[in-house]
Amino acid sequence: MTSLTTRINTAVQAGRKAIIPFLTAGFPTKNDFFTHLEELDSNGADIIEIGVPFSDPAADGPVVEAASLKALEQGVTLQWIVEELTKRKGQYQAELVLMGYINPFYQYGFEKFAKDAADAGVSGLIVPDLPLDESGEFKKILKQHGIALISLIGLNTPKKRMQEYADNAEGYVYVVSYMGTTGAAVAFPPELKKTLTEAREVFNIPLALGFGIKEPKQLEPFGDAIDAVVFGSALITDIEEKGTAVPFMERWK
Amino acid sequence: MPTAVNKDVTAAGFFGEYGGQFVPEQLKPVLAELEAAFEKYRNDSEFINEYNYYLSHFSGRETPLYLCSNLTEKLGGAKIYLKREDLNHLGAHKVNNTIGQILLAKRMGKKRIIAETGAGQHGVATAATAALMGMECTIYMGEVDIERQKLNVFRMQMMGAKVVAATSGQRTLKEAVDEALAELVQSSEDTFYLLGSAVGPHPYPTIVREFQHVISKEAKRQILELEDRLPDCCLACVGGGSNAIGMFADFIEEEGVRLIGVEPSGRGLEYGQHAATLSLGEPGVMHGFNSYMLKDENGDPAEVYSISAGLDYPSVGPEHAFLKDKGRAEYAYISDKEAMDAFFALSRSEGIIPAIESSHALAHAMKIAPEMEKDQILIVCLSGRGDKDVAQIEQMVAAGEIVVPKL
Repeated sequence: MTSLTTRINTAVQAGRKAIIPFLTAGFPTKNDFFTHLEELDSNGADIIEIGVPFSDPAADGPVVEAASLKALEQGVTLQWIVEELTKRKGQYQAELVLMGYINPFYQYGFEKFAKDAADAGVSGLIVPDLPLDESGEFKKILKQHGIALISLIGLNTPKKRMQEYADNAEGYVYVVSYMGTTGAAVAFPPELKKTLTEAREVFNIPLALGFGIKEPKQLEPFGDAIDAVVFGSALITDIEEKGTAVPFMERWK
Repeated sequence: MPTAVNKDVTAAGFFGEYGGQFVPEQLKPVLAELEAAFEKYRNDSEFINEYNYYLSHFSGRETPLYLCSNLTEKLGGAKIYLKREDLNHLGAHKVNNTIGQILLAKRMGKKRIIAETGAGQHGVATAATAALMGMECTIYMGEVDIERQKLNVFRMQMMGAKVVAATSGQRTLKEAVDEALAELVQSSEDTFYLLGSAVGPHPYPTIVREFQHVISKEAKRQILELEDRLPDCCLACVGGGSNAIGMFADFIEEEGVRLIGVEPSGRGLEYGQHAATLSLGEPGVMHGFNSYMLKDENGDPAEVYSISAGLDYPSVGPEHAFLKDKGRAEYAYISDKEAMDAFFALSRSEGIIPAIESSHALAHAMKIAPEMEKDQILIVCLSGRGDKDVAQIEQMVAAGEIVVPKL
């Protein structure tokens, strides 16, 4: 069982959802990013997803995309992220996961990335444009270095397809709450409950719900059907307004 | 070189190591539905008849294979034939594909067409075909391109399409594709994404090749009728690569026919000054597929430039990447200036104003023809007409950026 799974299970055993904030690396500036990372870490984050900026983020809505472009303008690169995290290794209580698109990892070199990221204390990776069939080689390399490649499933993922993912799934399963990009202000569609029920039957690792999440109230209809919650766009917007991540984290205590 | 590719048979839609479906999981069922429909209808006689009907009666096919006698004589080498795709309705090869894909969309029960466009040619062809076939139509176009191509925006609107600006990043074709893909995830139930070039996740490169291969199918028959032999060489410009893959398709199996794709080297070979992806790029993944790609040292898509708005794309159709590695096709590059010289040369010698895109292919043909024997044959895909470029060229001439050559 990976450290990510253990971390979420511990939260669930304590009667709560695991909290997984997402923040784009180097946002809003290279320095302030690490201040906010510490705020997230000391205010209840169980796992922190750090976004690797990419110019064409296929799964992201306008807020994360703008944060990505802002980070790229400041010269934030995958190499910078890995180096800075390596310097700070051991400082964070939360588990760290990187979320980014495939090409920067490809450019870095899969083998070298897996080794460097593991040395930097990264325990998981989310790559939205790397579905199961395309993930073979990279997934194997990551696994050799103890990094979990997180599976993403959507409302139109059939149970049979979930089973294919489940055979090699690690860490947690990221359930995308609606059909669209991150940060949309939409009501969760009725099919979400069915997707969560099927995912629970198929996977033996925790389920995290993400996309469009702003406040705990949204999770009430799902009860024990989810184990963890991911939020990104709403957090970024709040940080932009207030200059700190603390008030947003308070909502989840 | 590490690749993201699972090389076993479960990974469908690869040309060697290129292609694939590097897309969010939610797009997988959407692409699977498209592939199933395409496989069902591509050999269906009723579908093919309807496709051929619109090619003839809506677009005016077949297009001529025209011998440029004056130009050939002037250069004193191989015979230069043009495959006149510029004579299609709407002035370019794009309509071959929009007819095919919208007929497919109708059979899939879709009500709405979305598409990306750069210079606007694919957008105009899509808007026209959607109007013909009674489909709702939304075109995504970069904010910068909307400004540069106002007339094409107006054309699309006249035919009932809604044009939506892509406002992020470089605000050009790349972002328009991002917007269209995002919209597809959201509305796939009633919406069909009509991709205009031989790029994108599987099955798009195969679909576009299927609907563009009419170019080489006709050209092969025509050259056999005219010359009783196959050409020595076929040339086409390459941005995403749709007219080139159409021009190559039926000649790939003819080992004696050289296939040359011509990319834009713009202002020069330095980073950011060109869009010569196959010539100067490296393998990389963007927009859902693995191919040659122009990128910066961190793996982000590079800024690209060409005088021709239809060729400035930082990736290229995966089948071209495969043909290059296999050595079956060659890829050359032509600068802005060389393309413009060819543009004027054809206008003056034959009375045909070519698109600046197609002028790149022609320019390379004009380079190699004099070194060839007089009985050898070149076919250049004249993918579009240059009327759309006239206003831009007039401005550039007035500003002294282009000098009209004296003949």
